[in-house]
Amino acid sequence: MTWAAVLTLAAGTYLLRLAGVVLRNRVEVPERVERYVDLGATALLVALVATAALTEAGDFVGWARPAGVAVGALAAWRKVPFVIVVVLAAGTTAGMRALGVP
Amino acid sequence: MRSLYRTLTRDDLRDALALAAALGVVGASFGALAAAAGFPVGLTLAMSLLVFAGGSQFLMVAIVAGGGGAAAAVAAGLLLNARHLPFGLAMGDAVADRWPARLLGTHVMIDESVAFSRARGSGPRARASYWLCGALFFVLWNVGTVLGVLAGSAVPDPAAFGVDAAFPAGLLALLLPTLRHPDARRVGLGAAVSSLVVSPFLPAGLPVLIGLAGLLLLPASRGISEGESR
Repeated sequence: MTWAAVLTLAAGTYLLRLAGVVLRNRVEVPERVERYVDLGATALLVALVATAALTEAGDFVGWARPAGVAVGALAAWRKVPFVIVVVLAAGTTAGMRALGVP
Repeated sequence: MRSLYRTLTRDDLRDALALAAALGVVGASFGALAAAAGFPVGLTLAMSLLVFAGGSQFLMVAIVAGGGGAAAAVAAGLLLNARHLPFGLAMGDAVADRWPARLLGTHVMIDESVAFSRARGSGPRARASYWLCGALFFVLWNVGTVLGVLAGSAVPDPAAFGVDAAFPAGLLALLLPTLRHPDARRVGLGAAVSSLVVSPFLPAGLPVLIGLAGLLLLPASRGISEGESR
């Protein structure tokens, strides 16, 4: 039963991925719609960042994670190299948790 | 394929490796968690190979381990992964020119590979970045899963390393160049606010989709004038 579930999730996820690629390839998209599709991807990614940075299962995640993301964001804004941004974010959060901040 | 690699810089490779390493750590924690929840080894490895969407994999293990039904786990996972459809729309032929390559590239479409590629425009470098990330992330995620299953409870909680902060921070860094455009900034702000407002009330996945409401903040006049110009 669980194998069926995993294979269904795998097939469904692949079809979701493929559907977008196929649609984009098959349909001649007007420039205006293309702009919405492009900004739509940005909207989804920003929403993903916001919810991943601040929430866990719908609740506030605690201060350590948003603090790390904020430090990373500040570093990225100051044009610090990407690798350092990622390490600073993780390090800040890890440090706060080591100090007992959830 | 060789020409793809020539279009990438050393920085591209280094940045992709940083994200891939973080994904490997999360993959190990997934393997360990699934093993602890009593998932058979083959099933756990198959999930990472065939589903390759971390959030939905964790969700499925959590639901099944919590006594939820398989159908509920599949539905929740698919809802969480629904955002891949608009991602596919946005990536389109940036994945590859020919269908066999497209079918393969489609499987490695995850948030990080999409964001990483989009941060590099829409030309050859974006495509090369997509494949670099796709391949690296896929390998590291699956190697991580295997190691996690083997190590079991010896795998430390990735929260102790702050890996959960690394992903939103990395994605945000990749988005910053896009967000310099006023329209993208307006849409992004609307997306962040709308997804956060609904997140206490909706199941995982829906709040991110609600973020599309940010598109409503686009100035209407601009949209109409562009529509007329075609």
